[in-house]
Amino acid sequence: MISELLFMNGYAVYVLSAFSFTLLSFLGLYLVTKIQFVKEQKKFVAKFGSLNTEQANTAKSQKINKEILANATNN
Amino acid sequence: MLKLLEPNKIFQITSKAPKYVLLLFIIVLSIGLVEALILSPEDYKQSDAVRIMYVHVPAAWISLGIFSSITLLSISGFIFKNKNFFLISKSLAPSGFVFNLIALVTGSIWGKPTWGTWWAWDARITSMLILALFYLMYLIAWRIYDSEEKVYKISTFITIIGIINVPIIKYSVDWWNTLHQPASINIMTKNSIHSSMLYPLFIMTAAFALFSLLIFLMKYNTELIKIKNKGLDRL
Repeated sequence: MISELLFMNGYAVYVLSAFSFTLLSFLGLYLVTKIQFVKEQKKFVAKFGSLNTEQANTAKSQKINKEILANATNN
Repeated sequence: MLKLLEPNKIFQITSKAPKYVLLLFIIVLSIGLVEALILSPEDYKQSDAVRIMYVHVPAAWISLGIFSSITLLSISGFIFKNKNFFLISKSLAPSGFVFNLIALVTGSIWGKPTWGTWWAWDARITSMLILALFYLMYLIAWRIYDSEEKVYKISTFITIIGIINVPIIKYSVDWWNTLHQPASINIMTKNSIHSSMLYPLFIMTAAFALFSLLIFLMKYNTELIKIKNKGLDRL
């Protein structure tokens, strides 16, 4: 069965390269998107850390900012 | 209704959703791969080369679907004066472009054993290549223009011109004599594809759709954090 799967009547090189290209593209896109996301998250945390108390309280009044910080600490 | 789509409100959902979507994607993709590579039968004409269909067709469908959505959202952004529509469009584009590339490359790989050539300047293939160029122009527009108003206008213009190409892609196999085979799946008429091949195709399409949803969510969250980063600068 495994040899059948690997041979595919002589078409394995085409089939497996098409599937490999697809899966590698998925992996590449996922990693690039994840890296960009983590980079922005880290930038946000760093900027937030540099705020004074008043500015931090103003920023925290927005729910989304609190959410971003919570997610960053969870990750 | 539009207020429900406000970034501040939906971030709670979009920030938590990726991990569940990723898990679901891995499950559906695993089932799809077993179906596509092992369980589905070989074709009486194309033999095992037909298995390339399970990645080529869903990728083409989704890239077309995403481009159409981007156009609709960009136009809606102007009509409803809602920036979030542009943000959603921008977040959808990377996965649409990658699916377009997958459709082109896997189509080329499929072409070699079935047509005897990697590439032909055939109507369907050429129009898919043109779509990839529109995706590229759209993505570049977002990179090179800093002014929001300008990028909204230019990216929408690109999608409006590009959408003309979508029906050309769809009907190219009917309008012209092409190497590419006509559509095997039609909502209006009986499919010319057996259910033993149709189910794996649908499972793989579901897996690809989940992947584009995952990338969209991650990209959308990144864009929202970028906006909030600028907001912190203004404090």
